[in-house]
Amino acid sequence: MAAVRLEEFLRRHEAKDLLRFITCGSVDDGKSTLIGRLLHDTQQILEDTLLAVTSDSRKWGTTGDAVDLALLVDGLQAEREQGITIDVAYRYFDTAVRKYIIADCPGHEQYTRNMATGASTVDLAVILVDAARGVQVQTRRHAFIVSLLGIRHVIVAVNKMDLVGFDQAVFDRIDDECTALIGKLGVPDIRVVPVCALLGQNVVTRGEGMPWYKGESLLELLDSIDISRDQHLGDLRLPVQYVNRPDAGFRGYAGTIAAGQIAVGDPVLAVPSRRMSRIRSIVTFDGELQRAAAPMTVTVTLEDEIDISRGDLIVHPDRAPSVGRIIDAHLIWMSDAPLLPGKQYEFKISHRYLRGTVESIHHRIDVNDLSEHPASELKLNEVGLCRIVLAEQAAFDTYATCHSTGALIVVDRLSHATAGAGMILRSAAPQGAHHDVSVFWQPTRVSHGQRANQKAQHPCILWFTGLSGAGKSTIANATEQALYLRGHHSYLLDGDNIRHGLNKDLDFSDAGRVENIRRIGEMAKLFVDAGLIVVTAFISPFRSDRRLVRDLVAADEFIEVFVSTPIEVCEKRDAKGLYAKAREGKIRNFTGVSSPYEAPEAPEIEIDSSKLAVAECVDRVIRYLEAQGRLKN
Amino acid sequence: MQRLSQLRRLEAESIFIIREVVAEFDNPVMLYSIGKDSSVLLHLARKAFHPGGLPFPLMHIDTSWKFREMIEFRDRMTQELGFRLIVHRNEEALAAGISPFTHGAKYTDIMKTEALKAGLSKHRFDAAFGGARRDEEKSRAKERVFSFRDAEHRWDPKNQRPELWNLYNGRIHQGESIRVFPLSNWTELDVWLYIHLEQIPVVLLYFAKPRPVVDRDGMLIMVDDGRMPLLNGEKPRMETVRFRSLGCYPLSGAMRSDADSLTAIIEEMMVMRTSERQSRAIDFDQSSAMEKRKREGYF
Repeated sequence: MAAVRLEEFLRRHEAKDLLRFITCGSVDDGKSTLIGRLLHDTQQILEDTLLAVTSDSRKWGTTGDAVDLALLVDGLQAEREQGITIDVAYRYFDTAVRKYIIADCPGHEQYTRNMATGASTVDLAVILVDAARGVQVQTRRHAFIVSLLGIRHVIVAVNKMDLVGFDQAVFDRIDDECTALIGKLGVPDIRVVPVCALLGQNVVTRGEGMPWYKGESLLELLDSIDISRDQHLGDLRLPVQYVNRPDAGFRGYAGTIAAGQIAVGDPVLAVPSRRMSRIRSIVTFDGELQRAAAPMTVTVTLEDEIDISRGDLIVHPDRAPSVGRIIDAHLIWMSDAPLLPGKQYEFKISHRYLRGTVESIHHRIDVNDLSEHPASELKLNEVGLCRIVLAEQAAFDTYATCHSTGALIVVDRLSHATAGAGMILRSAAPQGAHHDVSVFWQPTRVSHGQRANQKAQHPCILWFTGLSGAGKSTIANATEQALYLRGHHSYLLDGDNIRHGLNKDLDFSDAGRVENIRRIGEMAKLFVDAGLIVVTAFISPFRSDRRLVRDLVAADEFIEVFVSTPIEVCEKRDAKGLYAKAREGKIRNFTGVSSPYEAPEAPEIEIDSSKLAVAECVDRVIRYLEAQGRLKN
Repeated sequence: MQRLSQLRRLEAESIFIIREVVAEFDNPVMLYSIGKDSSVLLHLARKAFHPGGLPFPLMHIDTSWKFREMIEFRDRMTQELGFRLIVHRNEEALAAGISPFTHGAKYTDIMKTEALKAGLSKHRFDAAFGGARRDEEKSRAKERVFSFRDAEHRWDPKNQRPELWNLYNGRIHQGESIRVFPLSNWTELDVWLYIHLEQIPVVLLYFAKPRPVVDRDGMLIMVDDGRMPLLNGEKPRMETVRFRSLGCYPLSGAMRSDADSLTAIIEEMMVMRTSERQSRAIDFDQSSAMEKRKREGYF
């Protein structure tokens, strides 16, 4: 190779992209063979390694006289003897355009934690399906964990096509099933490829056995999938990892930019300590920079002598993350000792260890069929949506917004083991939830009190909660009518109406439901400020969500009306036929059937519509408002 | 999102790991083997704490059988870069005359594994950086970046802490420690490319030059000093060789090569079809030798 060409080659090689992916599949799906094939066919296997494998093949192999490529991959002695992979193993190879890091993940149920470990750092997942066996329970499990960890690209490799005679119909069936299954989980980019790892078809090069397949081989897909837009948060997040004070003259904040960018002169805010300053310089070993962006590693100095410590997030003042102590997060439990609500743990978020507890488990999610169940603990390898209460304020984002600042690990305080991993779904802080720490409420000239006086009423929120069919909407409507007839100013917030407009961008996922209630709460708060009596009728099954709204307004302005009609009565009414569908399993997460309803502990008003007529129910509400002096005339 | 080349991403990841350890541990140390991986590790540590110096010492486990050029290089680097260097030897074993020629596999246990454990315990280090890479060997492929060790420095491959995202768990009890591998995701090629990109100084033994060697059990061993007992009829001859991997000279096999520059080394690597550990004698003693050694506390 001529020197000039070599220099050019080195430059190209040094500039390659990096793509990390996991491979998931069961022992029998031929995963190790597939990886062995990728390594072998991209010429990564060195001669002495191949020689060792050839000799090992006779001892451990399962392929007769042919070299067992799986042995290139299966590492530890113990697992070789058991014939299985027991841990996450990392492999490396590269092509002309990318360097790859493979996290090789086991398929056994008891090792869900290892799969989550491998999945946490990757851009893409390759899920193996055995063509002869089709989509299995574990395929669903893998797909779910992949989606839970926020992986945005999935390639399904339908392996062992030779065992089904390279039949296109078999592939098409699995393709449809996988695309539907994984798509439902919210993974935006799904590709399905028929392969035969044993014979090397459609792994690196196209196969002869499947002329009907016109798509790309597995490696061609890996080389071409665009991952540059996966981190979509544009706002600056610089977690302070290390305060660098080599001498009295220098104080720098070192860290890896998790999102967004930073430039000299930018105003910045440190959260949760809430100190403001400006960037004076961006220091690196290779010289000072004017600007830097994720995922670069930098040290910044600030204009002001302020005290920022490890674990603070440096952000732009008008684009701050959530700050709070109460968090809802999906937890994957990884310890033999179960997760117990109320027990003290340490939670590592960004660079801080914070003491705290899991206050409650909203529900456990069955990783095999995604059904939700009430749970009082989480066992090893179980997943649940949990409410975490920290001893101190933390700054964080939702995991969907930014993985770096939205992920956490749970550390056992006695053993110091990593007991669990969490993905933050939302801030559940009762006060200041979701609010931007630098946006302040602007006082208006006309006050809340003046507006209320003009309408001769004390505004409030009448929050009806209860099961589907309990009679909430009927009573709420009748209540508003009664208020109107008496000359009061009110507004009924109806769930469907709001989803038609303001909330039409929200889906029915957990996050979507929470955001729906949050917006309704915020709107109700504005209407109360405008002087109105707001009437709402939502199932709102979770105490935390209702508390979130309650905390938005003054203590006497939130009136919780619990419509406590028993479920048997509601189900018998079943005006919309929903209970029937839920019992048949056609509706998932149906409150009272497949999803819990958390009854109010101390509602201001409780009404059982199976015992009272509508008019009597309304009368109770009106009498309560009068007794509280909320209706002046 | 800035597009960073894979080398710059690896660099950022390693710097992150190094800083994380220094932020979380009371008394870290960097194990310095003087080889190319150590050179890269040292360079990354300097980057991590710039404009400050290294906030931890380096420790070299000296078996007394290292190449002379390695020791010279070590001392020169110490002087030029101004870091604190601890040299630890198993003096008892040295006095007892343990040598690679007389004690075979046991020598590595006593002079490296035992000496390392003793050195770490003596200075009560709670975290030790090493330059090991996952691509070197099959059992390393499964090791964590923060690799937990019990009070006896043992590694338990079945009881590793899950390691998610970059949220490394640095909590340990008194007496326990971690080994940290910031170069986990680097390959041998990455290391050379990075040395080339950053112009990092390395021991000249990596570059081809005529050197006195003898043939021993299929390996070319360099006769580095007068302590090497020559077998009957064995006569050192000059050959143009270089080393892919450096350790104790009696255990490090040389390769015939004309690659006398960084670009030549990288070019040679691209066409080479032998993985680098082959030139180290210790791996051939026993199947799964490396995994066994690591369980016992070898790096």
